[in-house]
Amino acid sequence: MGIKDKVAIIGMGCTNFGELWDKGSEDLMVEAFGEALNDAGIEKNDIEAAWLGTCFDEVNVGKSALPLSMTLHLPYIPVTRVENFCATGSEALRGACYAVASGACDIALAMGVEKLKDTGYGGLPDFGGVMGSRNRMIFPNLTAPGGFAMLATRYFAKYGITPEEGKRAMAMVSVKSHANGVKNPKAHLRREVTVDQVLAAPMIAWPLGLFDCCGVSDGAAAAIVCSPEIAKQFREDAVYIKSLQIGTSSGEELCYNNWDGAHFETVTRAAKRAYKEAGVENPRKEIGAMELHDCFSITELATYEDLGISPRGKAKEDIEAGFFNLDGEIPCQPDGGLKCFGHPIGASGLRMMYEIYKQLQGKCGERQIADPRLGITHNLGGFPPMNIASLFITGLGKG
Amino acid sequence: MVGITSYGAYIPRYRIRRKDIYSAIGWLNPASLLPGEKAVASYDEDSITMAVAACMDCLTGIGRNEIDGLYFASTTMPYKERLNSEIIATALNLRPDIKAADFSGSTKAGTTALISALDAVKAGSAKNVLVCASDCRLGKPGGYIEEMYGDAAAVILVSSEDSIADLLDSHSVSYDFVDHWRADGDRFNRGWEDRWIRDEGYARFIGEAISGLIKKSGLSPNEVARVAYSCLYERAYTIIGKKTGFEAAQLLDPLFDQIGYVGTSYPLVLLVAMLEGAGADEKLIVASYGNGSDAILLQTTERVGELKGKRKGVKENLESKRRLKSYEKYIAFKNIIPVDTGGRGEEVAGTAISTLWRERKSILGLTGSKCKRCSTPQYPPQLICVNPDCQAVGEMEDYAFSDKQGKVFSFTEDNLAFSVSPPAIYGIVDFDGGGRFLFDVTDCDSGELKVDMPVEMSFRRKYLDEGRGFSGYFWKATPIMTTKEG
Repeated sequence: MGIKDKVAIIGMGCTNFGELWDKGSEDLMVEAFGEALNDAGIEKNDIEAAWLGTCFDEVNVGKSALPLSMTLHLPYIPVTRVENFCATGSEALRGACYAVASGACDIALAMGVEKLKDTGYGGLPDFGGVMGSRNRMIFPNLTAPGGFAMLATRYFAKYGITPEEGKRAMAMVSVKSHANGVKNPKAHLRREVTVDQVLAAPMIAWPLGLFDCCGVSDGAAAAIVCSPEIAKQFREDAVYIKSLQIGTSSGEELCYNNWDGAHFETVTRAAKRAYKEAGVENPRKEIGAMELHDCFSITELATYEDLGISPRGKAKEDIEAGFFNLDGEIPCQPDGGLKCFGHPIGASGLRMMYEIYKQLQGKCGERQIADPRLGITHNLGGFPPMNIASLFITGLGKG
Repeated sequence: MVGITSYGAYIPRYRIRRKDIYSAIGWLNPASLLPGEKAVASYDEDSITMAVAACMDCLTGIGRNEIDGLYFASTTMPYKERLNSEIIATALNLRPDIKAADFSGSTKAGTTALISALDAVKAGSAKNVLVCASDCRLGKPGGYIEEMYGDAAAVILVSSEDSIADLLDSHSVSYDFVDHWRADGDRFNRGWEDRWIRDEGYARFIGEAISGLIKKSGLSPNEVARVAYSCLYERAYTIIGKKTGFEAAQLLDPLFDQIGYVGTSYPLVLLVAMLEGAGADEKLIVASYGNGSDAILLQTTERVGELKGKRKGVKENLESKRRLKSYEKYIAFKNIIPVDTGGRGEEVAGTAISTLWRERKSILGLTGSKCKRCSTPQYPPQLICVNPDCQAVGEMEDYAFSDKQGKVFSFTEDNLAFSVSPPAIYGIVDFDGGGRFLFDVTDCDSGELKVDMPVEMSFRRKYLDEGRGFSGYFWKATPIMTTKEG
């Protein structure tokens, strides 16, 4: 079972990400869509179905698929809006992929967009109104950095790492991403930082400082997917979906005492299924590029272990050895990641895929990975005790 | 005989030194400096939350289903219309078929509630009535009242049998003596001249009530072991006692230098303190003040020592304190000055009141569920067992988490989240005996919390929706204090 090689990506688009004060979601969608259409070499009317991913409808384009269909003037085709917290972008791509894999249509569009910089304050929109009427009465008034900071607290405690050691390892994760982001004209934050700068940054949610957190940006990204038969008509270097897996929290992490608080059970489970679907036996050798959901440095660090790349408790050693650097064994966040792109929620999952797609096609210029082999995108919504983890493994060609 | 079977108290952890108030704003009223400190309810506490804490103390080891009534006395009830006592009763998971009533309008209301409970039990209409008094009155910044008024709660359980102190008699006087008043819509009291209040009010009414009680009971003052009463004026406390026929040694320390004048709860706090120090067969008198006075005569039984060490009471609460150093923080906590909360602090989503009603046991009462098949406690209450090896459907029973202690599994100190007292500290708590959830942590300073630190649960005001006039209550974790002063 699975959808290995049943769906190919033939076109992608991605806007510059940033604090785009003079652009709304409509501008961003039109821009990403235009690039994707050009890249694929198809006409708008070739698209048979579309998925829109947006998360915070309070400050964005509102609910439903209409903002996409009415902005692009799609000709009365099926269009659906999806939302799954920060994994929303991957959810849009999943909808399009499943439509093609099922044979329901030949060509489908996935669009992710988020206009975050219309709240009037820093960080994501307040969670108060989005948790549901019961939960907002019992959940702390938590923020994203606070939610993920608890993972770091617990990781340090579990592995007996001092906060100083832990913070240094996390800092190296951010330093590496910034080094990559400098090379990417589409990134939001494009400057190198040093470990000392990261460690000296203001505290956001202990133990996460400012440079442990990704930026907050506006942006859009889009993908056009089709069946392998169609893909061949359009391009030689179409990128094939080798696996698509999602893991969603069962409630055990938050309400049952077994979870160790230092890893993502969702990612761990989804990764096992993804490797099986893609036929990957030794991820540490077979994977050549990764775009992980580095909303916070600790998220990326723990994910190295959940994906089976680094042994449990040993990510620090791989980080220190430069394993995930652009010239390392498995370059991670070659485009700069969420760290440098910021995180327009609906767009991020597709932005990650945009980078892997371009890396596999060898179009990344000075940040090109020599041998990207298979690429992983990892998109995570929610926070460590309750989340949605989305994994795609992709590669050039079939087989 | 009708009497008291249990007691409890709650004094908020924060204490502000009167000198610190004076240093900040004494320029306005240079003659206002008083000695000592006063207890201050934190930003997430009000008269209801303090009453719940005192009731939790009082009900330690007592079945909640035994309680037939809850009388709540306060002049600072959060709601004018919504039964404040029933919010407390719901938080305590009391039965619905109880008598719940609010007593207000005067700082005498605490003793009036106590006398009413004694009457109800004596008359046989209830067996066990919980009487709680709690107040957090405000003085206007810069006035001497600001230094005097403190915050506290105390609870007395009145029962028909097995008392630790029997009620012998009471005597009340009521006068429309307008020494302090607060009209509808006022936040602060207005007052008349202090010398008049002291001599014509406190000295006269307390004297009348106690003398009347003694006369009625055929006692002489020297047969009374201990006397205590509310008094706003520290030096007048002993003078009133002397005038009424008591020696200084018979008078209980009024704790004015430690907690301040704590309103309706004052006589009950003093009564709890008296009971904590009392031996068997002692006669005790406690009197209130406020548009008159109630005086109550009690006689301890041989059971009076049984609660020692089993209640936090006044003694332990007095010792568990942390200093609130900043006057500016004090007036921000009390919402006296508007502070810049930023856009994030302005976002208050409305409360779905029908959701609150449906989930009242789990939200206000912190009731979770326990699987009858695998015995796993779980919060919030689950319909399908969370244990992956069990997954029983519809086999849950209620399980109380509010009285369970736990350990910090993980936490953060969040500077981004809105809090009246940043950083917002929250974390995952693993309960002793099983169960886990994410909670705000309160009465905890930055740098204090550690993984595995023991915590207990405390009923707090989680949010205040001023636009809609709604206080949202829930439970927070608080470190179990091991040091005397933080």
